[in-house]
Amino acid sequence: MYDREHKEYLRKLRLNKFFVHMCQIIIIVSFIFIWEYLSSNNIINSFIYSSPSKAFKTIYSLYQEGNLFNHIWVTVYETFISFSLATILGTIIAIILWYSKFLFKVIDPYLTVINSLPKVALGPIIIIIFGANINSIIIMALLISLIVTISNVYNGFISTDKNKIKLLRSFNASKWQILIYLVIPGNYHVIVNSLKINVSMSLIGVIMGEFLVSKEGIGYLINYGSQVFNLNLVFGGIIILLVVSYVMYVMVVYIEKVLIRNN
Amino acid sequence: MIDKLHKNYHNKEGVVVALEDITLNIKEGEYIAIVGPSGCGKSTLLNIIGGIDTKSGGEIKMNDDIKVGYMLQDDCLFPWLNIMDNCLLGLKINGNLNDENIKYVSELLDTYGLSEFKYKYPSSLSGGMRQRVALIRTLALKPDILLLDEPFSALDYQTRLAVSDDVYNIIKDTGRTVIMITHDIAEAISMSDRIVVLTNRPAKVKKIYNIEMKDKGTPINNRKCSEFSMYYDMIWKEIDHHV
Repeated sequence: MYDREHKEYLRKLRLNKFFVHMCQIIIIVSFIFIWEYLSSNNIINSFIYSSPSKAFKTIYSLYQEGNLFNHIWVTVYETFISFSLATILGTIIAIILWYSKFLFKVIDPYLTVINSLPKVALGPIIIIIFGANINSIIIMALLISLIVTISNVYNGFISTDKNKIKLLRSFNASKWQILIYLVIPGNYHVIVNSLKINVSMSLIGVIMGEFLVSKEGIGYLINYGSQVFNLNLVFGGIIILLVVSYVMYVMVVYIEKVLIRNN
Repeated sequence: MIDKLHKNYHNKEGVVVALEDITLNIKEGEYIAIVGPSGCGKSTLLNIIGGIDTKSGGEIKMNDDIKVGYMLQDDCLFPWLNIMDNCLLGLKINGNLNDENIKYVSELLDTYGLSEFKYKYPSSLSGGMRQRVALIRTLALKPDILLLDEPFSALDYQTRLAVSDDVYNIIKDTGRTVIMITHDIAEAISMSDRIVVLTNRPAKVKKIYNIEMKDKGTPINNRKCSEFSMYYDMIWKEIDHHV
């Protein structure tokens, strides 16, 4: 009796999951199909809206020319560097601000102002200072993710359980020991979680940077495509970017799982 | 070991006088409970004795080599450390981690029925067990005075009775002086030798009761003593109630 009921429950669960997946597949397949249909029958202008087949053909020809993986690699590399830097620097700065409440009070309004400033506006200045090269792109991406990391990690730090701090103080722990024994390990998940936010933030920064200055990368492909009015290249670039950002996100989620499991 | 506590504590948010002229004489090996209306400054008093907070006047006299151990309402176990490491935390911070102390902690865990949980994490322990671990973590430092800040109020009633019995026995076994804050009059009467009743803020000592019972035993037994309800009535009337 119980067994049958349970089996029925599991069956329903599986069925539900199956329907969800099916709907997801139907949406993407019909989207591609309709897009292709409209475009090849000239219902929409295929020059402006391109078409899935043309976009994929463009991606394939990039592959044949041997440039595809270079572009992907450049973007991934820039993202990786800036997001690692943002996480490490952001955590270090958050530690310093936690350590000195005075410093935090002084810096707080500046952080707020810089945070609300659209970083792309700094693009021209960054290019002039750091040159029209990969450094500018990384700085750009770093600026976008750094402030967010600082405020996330700092907020995690200051919301550390007051009772636990009290406990450590009853052991005569120094502020440094409270940091090492409690604040950092207690906020481990916050720091790891900021990796996840940073990967998408950095990618935004990198693509923005590549729009402004670059000779390689996915952002460059999209920007170049729009300048020469090759919309196939633009859509191709967006598709590549979709895949790349998804893969990077999945990887970070996986890394997060591993890091948290070992904790 | 004799303490002569006299304190005058000013809290500067504007000036809030939290404690006024508190004088207490605590004898070695004594179990003292402090009761009083909520928010009267009981915890402040304990924090000052424990050295977490600073006093603004008065004096605490005790022998220099006296070590104070603190136990809070919240067990404060670190979820990322196993039970053993949690218990060793205080020793680690004080730089007193040595084989002898590790053995001592290990024995404490064995004695109080936690041996199989040594390498488990706090999340797998019940509330009562966690509180026992918290006590062992405090005892690991071999304190002369234990300060208990509403140690059982996070537990449900059943567990609370059982754990207060456990804790009482552990403390009596090791012969330590205890100052316990509680808002539970019954708990205070059943566990302590003396009860200090504080007034509303600013807290003053209103009255001190010596708890004497003919068949004094474990806290649960004490609740059955004939004197229990008499003390309960007296103290209940003594506390300023404002609801």
